[in-house]
Amino acid sequence: MSTLKILVIDDEPGIRSGISRILRNFRVDYPFMEEAFDFEVNEAPTGEEGIELIEKDKPDILLLDNKLPGIQGIEVLEYIRKKHMNIIVVMITSYASLELAVKATSDGAYDFIPKPFTPQELKSSIENITKRVFLKKMTSKLQETGKQIRFQFLSVLSHELKAPLNSIEGYLQMIHERQAGPQLESYDYMIDRMLHRINGMRTLIMDLLDLTKVESGKGKRDVKEVRLSDVARTAMDTMRPYSIQKDIRLDLLGDENVTVMADNEEMEIIFNNLISNAIKYNKTGGRVSCTLSERDNCIEILVEDTGIGMTTEEINRIFDDFVRIKNEKTKHIAGTGLGLSIVKKLVDSYHGTIEVTSEPDLGSIFKVKLPTDKPCS
Amino acid sequence: MAKHMSITKKTILLVDDDQDYLYQMKTRVESFGFQTMLAESQKEAEDLIETTKPDLAILDLMMENEDSGFILCYKMKKKYPGVPIIIATGVAAETGISFDINDENNRKWIRADRFLEKGIRSEKLKEEIELLLKINN
Repeated sequence: MSTLKILVIDDEPGIRSGISRILRNFRVDYPFMEEAFDFEVNEAPTGEEGIELIEKDKPDILLLDNKLPGIQGIEVLEYIRKKHMNIIVVMITSYASLELAVKATSDGAYDFIPKPFTPQELKSSIENITKRVFLKKMTSKLQETGKQIRFQFLSVLSHELKAPLNSIEGYLQMIHERQAGPQLESYDYMIDRMLHRINGMRTLIMDLLDLTKVESGKGKRDVKEVRLSDVARTAMDTMRPYSIQKDIRLDLLGDENVTVMADNEEMEIIFNNLISNAIKYNKTGGRVSCTLSERDNCIEILVEDTGIGMTTEEINRIFDDFVRIKNEKTKHIAGTGLGLSIVKKLVDSYHGTIEVTSEPDLGSIFKVKLPTDKPCS
Repeated sequence: MAKHMSITKKTILLVDDDQDYLYQMKTRVESFGFQTMLAESQKEAEDLIETTKPDLAILDLMMENEDSGFILCYKMKKKYPGVPIIIATGVAAETGISFDINDENNRKWIRADRFLEKGIRSEKLKEEIELLLKINN
């Protein structure tokens, strides 16, 4: 049970007590709302006293008469508006004129109940307002969570950028102070490390750009018929130098002719990330296979590797932003932790799914399913 | 009576998952006149302290876990209560996590001897280390 605070500002004691009586035992309860609402009613005979009470204990709902002995209702309304207070205001007034209604609404009044009003009319208005209050609460909870997620993202991002910068600065300081002596060769290790860190930052920036595209550029999608085997081949060609280094075999299997209506660049991002991971986390002399197929309204992309594999706990985390699995086996594997998060967001945006099965030390299988025109089974 | 002075260098345990930061800290701390032990992860550090007792430890906060530094600190204090511990933080990063290290109460619970920011000057770091080691003598 949640209690909403109502303040009544009216110079007529009969009106004030009448409203208290009507709303005292009133309850609003809809199936869609998680909680029922009841009401606590407070009263003030003048605008000035009303403002005092508002300052002391902010009400959720204000029932406001316009004609008051001192300052007018409309001025109380302006006060609330100027202070950006989150109060829903209902004007209750026997001087209901169009001019007043317009002014009050533009000053933020939510509703109008002309006097005299029946108990039912009052209850109806309060009922509507309660629904609105509930929805507002839910919306701001969502926004708050959104803000927290964003804050967390930016905090981690700033850490990911600062760490390489600090390292590079540290090495430059050591070189500046000739800490390893007068010979330039003595500084080769440091120079290599700095170049490595710079490369890492560059990859991070590129991943961030992909992420931005995914999160905001959905409307600018250039949808055409994309032949997935072409995309897969391009991705494998890009990764070939790396796969040769680790002596890893790349195979493209399945249906050559599978096509999907999609943005080519986005499909490239998906394939690049999955295939690059399959190589990075693979064992020397291992194998990566990419299999394309179409079945039951579904396009299936399978990327399989003979790599280090993952535990169930690790699988649950890999699609989160900046998550990289850090253990003995992955210690020297570079990455931003954004690749899979970007892939998941893209797949979601195509109403597809992505699943992982894996066995530690044996390998992993990433399965992406994309619907063609009807939903995937 | 001749005073017997120990000439063995003190050993400082350095734990951080950033390979370059670790390398630079090692160089710096050894230039202060100490020996160093290195660990690149919480797990590596836990294995190390099973068999060795350092004279002081400098721990990174976030490694394979968001609170790896806290966990390590707790375990070390249990095993070697007399060994001072410095937790090194990159402050901006940690404000994003749920556990607020700027909260006095939380800091006390963690029982680290010092919280230092990662960017501090060499002279200041040397001072802090020497202060903590002197107290324990």
